[in-house]
Amino acid sequence: MTGILACIDGSIYSQSVCEHAAWAGRRTSRPVEVLHALGRREVSSVPANLSGNLDAGESETLLAELSSLDAQRAKLAQKRGRLLLDDAKARIEAAGAGEVTVRLRNGDIVDAVAQTGAGSRLVVIGKRGEAADFASLHLGSNLERVVRASSEPVLVAARAWRPIRRFLLAYDGGPSASRAVDLALGDPLLHGLECHLLMAGNGEGGAGARLEAAAARLRAGGFEVQARVEPGDAEDVIARAVEEHAIDLLVMGAYGHSRIRALIIGSTTTALVRSCRIPVLLVR
Amino acid sequence: MDFTRLRAEWFGNVRGDLLAGLVVALALIPEAIAFSIIAGVDPKIGLYASFSIAVIIAFAGGRPGMISAATAAMAILMIDLVKEHGLEYLLAATVVTGVLQVLAGFLRLGFVMRFISRSVMTGFVNALAILIFLAQVPELIGVPELTYLMVAAGLAIIYLLPRLTRAVPSPLVCIVVLTAVSIGFGLDLRTVGDMGELPSTLPVFLLPDVPLTLDTLLIVLPYAATLTVVGLLESLMTASIVDGLTDTPSDKNRECVGQGVANVATGFLGGMAGCAMIGQSVINVKSGGRGRLSTLSAGLFLLFLILVLGDWVRQIPMAALVAVMIMVSIGTFSWSSIRNLKDHPASSSVVMLATVVVVVATHDLAQGVLVGVLLSGLFFAWKVARIFRVTSALSPDGRHRTYAVEGEVFFASSEAFVAAFDFRESLERVTIDVTRAHIWDLSGVAALDTAVLKFRRDGADVDIVGLNAASTTIVDRLAVHDKPGALERLMGH
Repeated sequence: MTGILACIDGSIYSQSVCEHAAWAGRRTSRPVEVLHALGRREVSSVPANLSGNLDAGESETLLAELSSLDAQRAKLAQKRGRLLLDDAKARIEAAGAGEVTVRLRNGDIVDAVAQTGAGSRLVVIGKRGEAADFASLHLGSNLERVVRASSEPVLVAARAWRPIRRFLLAYDGGPSASRAVDLALGDPLLHGLECHLLMAGNGEGGAGARLEAAAARLRAGGFEVQARVEPGDAEDVIARAVEEHAIDLLVMGAYGHSRIRALIIGSTTTALVRSCRIPVLLVR
Repeated sequence: MDFTRLRAEWFGNVRGDLLAGLVVALALIPEAIAFSIIAGVDPKIGLYASFSIAVIIAFAGGRPGMISAATAAMAILMIDLVKEHGLEYLLAATVVTGVLQVLAGFLRLGFVMRFISRSVMTGFVNALAILIFLAQVPELIGVPELTYLMVAAGLAIIYLLPRLTRAVPSPLVCIVVLTAVSIGFGLDLRTVGDMGELPSTLPVFLLPDVPLTLDTLLIVLPYAATLTVVGLLESLMTASIVDGLTDTPSDKNRECVGQGVANVATGFLGGMAGCAMIGQSVINVKSGGRGRLSTLSAGLFLLFLILVLGDWVRQIPMAALVAVMIMVSIGTFSWSSIRNLKDHPASSSVVMLATVVVVVATHDLAQGVLVGVLLSGLFFAWKVARIFRVTSALSPDGRHRTYAVEGEVFFASSEAFVAAFDFRESLERVTIDVTRAHIWDLSGVAALDTAVLKFRRDGADVDIVGLNAASTTIVDRLAVHDKPGALERLMGH
């Protein structure tokens, strides 16, 4: 499958995910597949034998008991999932995307994306899911896991859809930023959009030259490019630029560093996805 | 039993049978003596056993033309019993072995032969050929150089004489000529007489001198059980080989009973337990023996030779018998199996070689055959498990998937069976079509159970279609998924 995988759930972001997927579908003429994962199964508490005396022979009986209890709940979840998918499909078709298929999976969204998304070109997912606590500023726990698990670009949908006219490519000179440039050049997704190329820092140590080279490549590819180096912390600089230039889409390399490093000093990627109110295209 | 068949079995081949019987009787003598020495008993125990078993099996056996007597495979199993408890316990064990074998015959255990594949059989005969040859090695080491000349001359007679005449068996000519030469020139060679004392009287009926208590039974039973298994295994395999050589059928269960009767009688006549001998049976068949008369005459000639011609038999040079046994060894070995190694499937070759290696390493035919049979079973299960395929089709609305299972579902393929389903796909209906599959065992049923319950647990309705009658029986009896506890609460809503 070479297409667009739109991950939806019952949250307010689903509508926006559909619009973003439809936009990507229209621009690239790729089929859109809508995926809904029913989530991790909770352990049924009713028949649980806590005595610790289960033997191997009981495992099947236990499975049978669990299955009859879980089946009802699963049927309900399935019915709801189908409704969500049908709704999403109608919405994307109405928004003018070509071929739309739906897929309902059991289990965790990350596994579902890994199993079905292999080979899909673009994964579209909302910033937060229905399980995330909306009051806090934290992102949905699924988002980061999906981005880390996916080897393909991930489009993180903002809460509401806005037409996209210009994008900002946050360029740090690293390999994933180069791949972001490759994507902009090679994929029809971003063709014809106004391009802002931004580097945070002071442009020393050849970074400025690399930025110019990237800008030249983009210009040669037909983009209208504004390249700038702005001093300061990446998070602040980019957030300010997005405000100032009315950027509609942020394109950046994702998670250049290890999980452990991100845990200690924080991740620029996570911070930006959290603070910007526009969609973000993350390139691995 | 109808009369014509009886007559064919006894008198269908009188001249060939009598001549072959004589050759076999001569070939039995050194072996019976050698095996007695292996077991640690007087040579006459082996000789009486060979006579008694050969004569009785001629009437009671199920495979005309097959020679049974004291054997190396059985002798090896008796060593400890004789060493620790003495000869009388060996005789008691022989009687118990016979009783167990008769039981096996009446319980129709001859069917176990079906589990012995061609590769195991080939490995068995190859290993046996190697063992026969190895048994001759002591006769060829540290002996006068003249012995080698005699053995070479014997082999020359055995292999070249048939080009001149096939009227008499060449091994017999070899023995007669070499004995004559040995006596005529007064050659100083090892002879049969040097191997041990020969009996000078007829065997007499006697009860083994053991206390008839449970303790005695417990002492002899483990030995008797092993002797029973090895004896029947070797006898039935030999019967199959003779079947193949002569292209005639045999009654395996009757052979089990016959072996048992022969051993019971032999125990009471003061002989050690025996079984069919591939080597001598092959000599018999190759020398022209086909009917029951050959077996009977072998036994009677044996008794005649050891009693009447004792002085002459004593003077047969061992070199002549070694030449005969080398011929048997070469003839027994399946030379084509070496050529076939590169053409036959690797699994068959592994089974054959494993059988040979284990037999030669342990000198125990039973262990080698057991290893061979287990390996062939494993390879078979592995091969059959690979003939297994699951295909599936999703309905256009994406809510109903039909899985089509083909092949055998059993312990070796149950894991692949469960793995073939995508439980992460959320479906409203699942149909598992097992029309072209067969569910064989508990593991297969458990795998089907697991699949059905997992789908159900995720809210799908599961239909199983096309269970064949045999699979239905085992699923009805063993499965959980179709029992009230699992399903009714579900379907009630």
